Amino acid sequence: MWNTIWTFFHKLASPPHFYRISAILLPWIAIPGYLLVAWGTYNGLFVAPEDYQQKDAFRIIYVHVPSAYLSMMAYMIMAISAGIGLIWRMKLAHAVAAAAAPIGAAFTFLALATGSIWGRPMWGTWWEWGDPRLTSELILLFLYFGYMALRSSISDTAKADKASAVLAMVGAINVPIIHFSVVWWTSLHQGKTLLAEGGPAIDAGMLYPLLANIFGFSLIFGSMLLRRVRTEVLFRERRKRWVKELALGGQPA
Amino acid sequence: MPGMITAFVATTQRELLLSLRRPGDMLNPLVFFLMVSTLFPLAIGPDNETLKEIGPGVTWVAALLAMLLSLNSLFMSDYEDGSLEQLLLSGQPLPVIGLGKTLAHWLVTGLPLVIVAPIVAVTYRLPNEVIVVMMMTLLLGTISLSLLGAIGAALTVGIHRGTALLSLLVLPLSMPLLIFGARTVALAAGNEVYSAGIFFLAAYAVGALTLAPFATAAALRISNE
Repeated sequence: MWNTIWTFFHKLASPPHFYRISAILLPWIAIPGYLLVAWGTYNGLFVAPEDYQQKDAFRIIYVHVPSAYLSMMAYMIMAISAGIGLIWRMKLAHAVAAAAAPIGAAFTFLALATGSIWGRPMWGTWWEWGDPRLTSELILLFLYFGYMALRSSISDTAKADKASAVLAMVGAINVPIIHFSVVWWTSLHQGKTLLAEGGPAIDAGMLYPLLANIFGFSLIFGSMLLRRVRTEVLFRERRKRWVKELALGGQPA
Repeated sequence: MPGMITAFVATTQRELLLSLRRPGDMLNPLVFFLMVSTLFPLAIGPDNETLKEIGPGVTWVAALLAMLLSLNSLFMSDYEDGSLEQLLLSGQPLPVIGLGKTLAHWLVTGLPLVIVAPIVAVTYRLPNEVIVVMMMTLLLGTISLSLLGAIGAALTVGIHRGTALLSLLVLPLSMPLLIFGARTVALAAGNEVYSAGIFFLAAYAVGALTLAPFATAAALRISNE
């Protein structure tokens, strides 16, 4: 049992194998993802009841919540695969970390943008420093920028992989500290609790589309990641025989 | 292990001696700190109440930037003249050597900032009790900043024009320190309980002291491949 699993992972670590397996896997992740998001978005925008207080403005959560969740998930995936790459010298893991960063940054930006758009009618301002989640999300975006900047300024891929892996792991240790410190910082501002904790339970008609979108976004994220890793692998292995054979129209060796 | 302690002491001594021979390098961050602290009253106006309000934050931001400015040279000259390679080959544990260099950096940059900070604080009309709290937060905060910064400096040592990149890497990581440092002083100024911030900064310093040297060592190895 364990042996088969280990062999599977060892095979997966080999780039040509990964390239083949991921091609089979890709539609099985992408298609359910897009279907779920289509269903969730339609139901969220047109079928779900209006919020009694926020009216239609609440509907932005169908994009905002999945993006915010994925912005943190992507950082975790990036840091963990960077750690795996650094410790077990697995090249594919480094490719995953490299591929995850821009997608994570994009979702972080999306979460910030939708949060800000929602804040305009709700708080009467585009940006509210008093909200800890906005501020820590912004710092998370800076962490992504730092990671990508370090990676792009080292031209040797192997070196860039390792250096950025160290940074990703240091960042991962700091993410909870940053969040905690921002919460502590904003808790000192009194009487700005615009988002009441433990408010009324969410209506099922609102909840199911949201859950569908969270799962759907995650699957789409997975498919985007897989696509980027495939490209990354092709680029990194561009001088290998199997890529050349692939480019010439043959099957990978 | 006597060899390890000798290596640590020798590295620290060498760094301190090098800094003493180039006093300009030591003074630059201090002068920078004083200048940045002067910019704010000039930009905002000499109103005493406002200055008192922004004093803790401004001092902390200026100290943070001054520390950042000095980090670039932490491993640079050793990298350029090849002595970093010799340190790597010396067979002594690299985290210990990195820690020695970080300690020297803190003694030369962080500690003077802590000592000079009261001068700035007095001009911002902060009362004496608050200045003591400020020195305490800066003392603990600069230790963590030196340790965190050493990781960034080690990662960017081989990179051409790495200064801006170094700030990009270290600034987001140092934001919790700024939050706790500046807010703790502000709380003390408002006669509120501020001990939580001091405890946090102390905990952060201990955590950084335990973990950061290993990250620095790993980064130095990677940069010297």
